[in-house]
Amino acid sequence: MHVVLDEPKCVASGQCVMAAPDVFDQRDEDGIAILLNENPGDELHAGVREAAAICPAAAILLAEK
Amino acid sequence: MTVSATGETVLPPFPVPRPASCPLQMAPEYGEWVAQEGLERTVLADGTPVWAVNRYADIKEALADERLSADGRNPNMPGPGTGPDGTPSFPRMDDPEHNRIRRMFTKDFTVKRIEAMRPGIQKMADDLLDTMTAKEGPADLVQEYALPLPSLVISLLLGVPYDDHEFFQNHTMLVLRSGVSKEEMMGSRRAMFSYLLDLVERKEREPADDLLSRLAQEQILTGQLRREEAVVSASALLVAGHETTANMIALSTLALLQHPDLLARIRDTDDPKVVANAVEELLRYLTIVHSNVFRVATEDLTLSGTRIKAGEAVSMNLPAGNWDPAYTTDPGTFDLDRDTRGHLAFGYGTHQCVGQQLARAELQIALPTLLRRLPELSLAVPAEELTFRNDMIVYGLYSLPVTW
Repeated sequence: MHVVLDEPKCVASGQCVMAAPDVFDQRDEDGIAILLNENPGDELHAGVREAAAICPAAAILLAEK
Repeated sequence: MTVSATGETVLPPFPVPRPASCPLQMAPEYGEWVAQEGLERTVLADGTPVWAVNRYADIKEALADERLSADGRNPNMPGPGTGPDGTPSFPRMDDPEHNRIRRMFTKDFTVKRIEAMRPGIQKMADDLLDTMTAKEGPADLVQEYALPLPSLVISLLLGVPYDDHEFFQNHTMLVLRSGVSKEEMMGSRRAMFSYLLDLVERKEREPADDLLSRLAQEQILTGQLRREEAVVSASALLVAGHETTANMIALSTLALLQHPDLLARIRDTDDPKVVANAVEELLRYLTIVHSNVFRVATEDLTLSGTRIKAGEAVSMNLPAGNWDPAYTTDPGTFDLDRDTRGHLAFGYGTHQCVGQQLARAELQIALPTLLRRLPELSLAVPAEELTFRNDMIVYGLYSLPVTW
């Protein structure tokens, strides 16, 4: 799985951090999402898919291999 | 749509009041509206016609459509869309202007920041219950707990002296009541606006460790944001921070008292995931923001098969969307095991609630704390005597008399 974060679209809702805390964080200065791991391991895929599905700005794109 | 005795077509009201016999359930009309494709032509309390968007998928599509504008300066936007000087708050702006200003506020609402606030919120909840239970019951849970808790929290976060909370609570009530005269509403908005203007000016000179001070120092004094822009947005956060969580705490308590088995599960669990999902299900099941999520079409467009003309107003029916069987099965059942992901209680799209992580933390603390400390909690009046806020922008209870 390859994860792409479309940062300009991010609205800092924090939903991705709740769903996949090992893959996403938020910048301290404005809460915008940070991608910690572009190629998360299998055990993290469910959380990442959830993060992508509930992101209110549709800012998380997934390429499944 | 119905026909009156005189033969005129009468548009249904928006929002439709919840049934007096089951005040935690949605209006039965909403079930009919989501069952069919298309938007419903409705009328607001002030007589403005709006298209109600009811289905889950249609609401998400509408809230992601840039042709539907949130700009409060649009003359066709229902209700007062701007502060008294004509400046809208950032929720009443479109991108990119909206996003630029929203990002000045989001740093105080990150998951990390809110996590760090939890011990403070826990102490406030415990202190309020100490005060309430030091007196003889019954007590009004709204006045003693549900309202002061979020009020203390948002005041602390913004840097508004809590001593002024009565002033804000009174004006907030007027700002959020549907059908209040425009003069009365504007009077309250002006009073809050001028109070906050003075406060922000003070924070420019004497900063403290709070959101308004950071805005003053980092945005206003550097010329990124006008003082009026900061104040109108801060005022929106203050109103939202008071009312939404307060009504969720009180209405959730009632819902749990009516489902003792579910109440016991939340009270007795030591698994924070159970509490977290219970809070999400309460947010979905109760969906208290039953009005006021408006957009105006900037061009002709089709949504759910309905043609919307440029200039027409659209209102998101979040309760109907969260009770859409296409989103979740058996939506009218309060179910702690439901998969609640993707509910619309905080909206959707670029405007999704900026304070949602704070609201979650407050509810995840307030409800179990109440249930654990007062295991004998019960209603002090018959349920039929409770009065519900059908006439407010945020649904809830005017009071909740309880004993313990």
